[in-house]
Amino acid sequence: MTFYEGYPFFSTLAVILLPAILIGMAGKPLKWYSTAATYLFIGLVFFNKPTQALYLAAYYVIQVAIVMGYLHLRRIKGRIVWMYRLALALSILPLIVSKLALFLDMDLFGFLGISYLTFRCVQIIIEAYDGVIESISVLEFTAFLLFFPSLSSGPIDRSRRFLSDWNTVYTREEYMELAGTGIYKILLGLIYKLVIASFFYQGMGMVNGAKDWYYVIAYAYCYGFYLFFDFAGYSLMAIGTSYILGIRTPENFRRPFLSIDIKEFWDRWHITLSHWFRDFLFSRFMIQSIRKKRFQNRLNAASAGFLVNMFVMGLWHGLTPSYILYGLYHGALLAVTERWQKKSAFYKTHKSKRWYRFASWFITLQLVMLGFYIFDGKLLWLLGF
Amino acid sequence: MKETVFKILETICEDNIVRTNPDIDLFETDLMDSLGFAELLADIEDELGVIIAPSEVDRHVISTPNKLIAYLEERASL
Repeated sequence: MTFYEGYPFFSTLAVILLPAILIGMAGKPLKWYSTAATYLFIGLVFFNKPTQALYLAAYYVIQVAIVMGYLHLRRIKGRIVWMYRLALALSILPLIVSKLALFLDMDLFGFLGISYLTFRCVQIIIEAYDGVIESISVLEFTAFLLFFPSLSSGPIDRSRRFLSDWNTVYTREEYMELAGTGIYKILLGLIYKLVIASFFYQGMGMVNGAKDWYYVIAYAYCYGFYLFFDFAGYSLMAIGTSYILGIRTPENFRRPFLSIDIKEFWDRWHITLSHWFRDFLFSRFMIQSIRKKRFQNRLNAASAGFLVNMFVMGLWHGLTPSYILYGLYHGALLAVTERWQKKSAFYKTHKSKRWYRFASWFITLQLVMLGFYIFDGKLLWLLGF
Repeated sequence: MKETVFKILETICEDNIVRTNPDIDLFETDLMDSLGFAELLADIEDELGVIIAPSEVDRHVISTPNKLIAYLEERASL
């Protein structure tokens, strides 16, 4: 069985969500039922993938030990930097091992969802160090880490937000609204993924492999829209399923192709990923840079921050030249945008005018599509690498 | 505290509208972006001694000068 694909998954999902709707409508707590559903789905999806199942189990045990261990040390020993760094490094290590192994054509710790699960563990460790999270029970940690609707590819929720929903018992009216929205999102997601994404996928197939400029542009556009409808469709279904289980998983996309500049694009595209990086990497890098006076001025600091942030995001996608180039490309675009908007008198005079906004939107869309073309590995292919 | 917050915001946003209209939404109006937000957190720690972690508060809780001041006053009274 595969998450959000095929008849077996969706029919099981329907059967599993029906009792959840009855429990929710009766105004009873959903957390035990959603936890049981999580174990069931993990069992069904990993049933015919024993190696992956083993890695997932090992990963789970290791992360419970690291997160619980660090929370305990943080409570009794306080903010000790080396302990924090050690916990962070250990928590990210399995992901690094799996990516390096993949790079060397090996399989170590490779299982569905590892990239996304790492965000959840790291978030708890960082917030424990900050003093924002003091404790979490193994049961709560497990529910958050393994929550099946978003296990394979997000959206990336935050533990405090997730657990406050998880522990909420909704009234009948509140739940009806939540479940209604959930069902709507699942249906919309299905249309996105099965109808619209498939349509663009066909388009990709028609022009794939041709190097004439108009075919290249047609491919890039088809791929860009395919990627959006496929991933946004998946995200909608994951969010909709969460809603029915009483968890208001955050949105992942907000009309990204209407963005007027690249900064806005990252506020609309894969939002939970970019906001995670913003909160746990970019902001912290910037605050440290201000403290240590690493850069001469704020523009240089911002440029470095964007480059580092997007470079790491590229690495997270995978250790391939195309992903790394994709990250650096977006980092550079953000840095240039920042400079343009802060320095240019032309920008300041014309930014609110209709023609400027239109031109800016048009250029942004082309840059975004070029980005996806890099992401897909096609630019390096076109250039003969 | 109020005066310090206004001064910090004026420097970061480069606009005294944060003082004349303290209910303005800093994020929706683009007065503050993710870079400005990082500077804000650093300045609040330096000048007021209040440490706010970047992921600690939802942005809508401190999205206007008045909301930010209210949040900081509540933190200080704890």
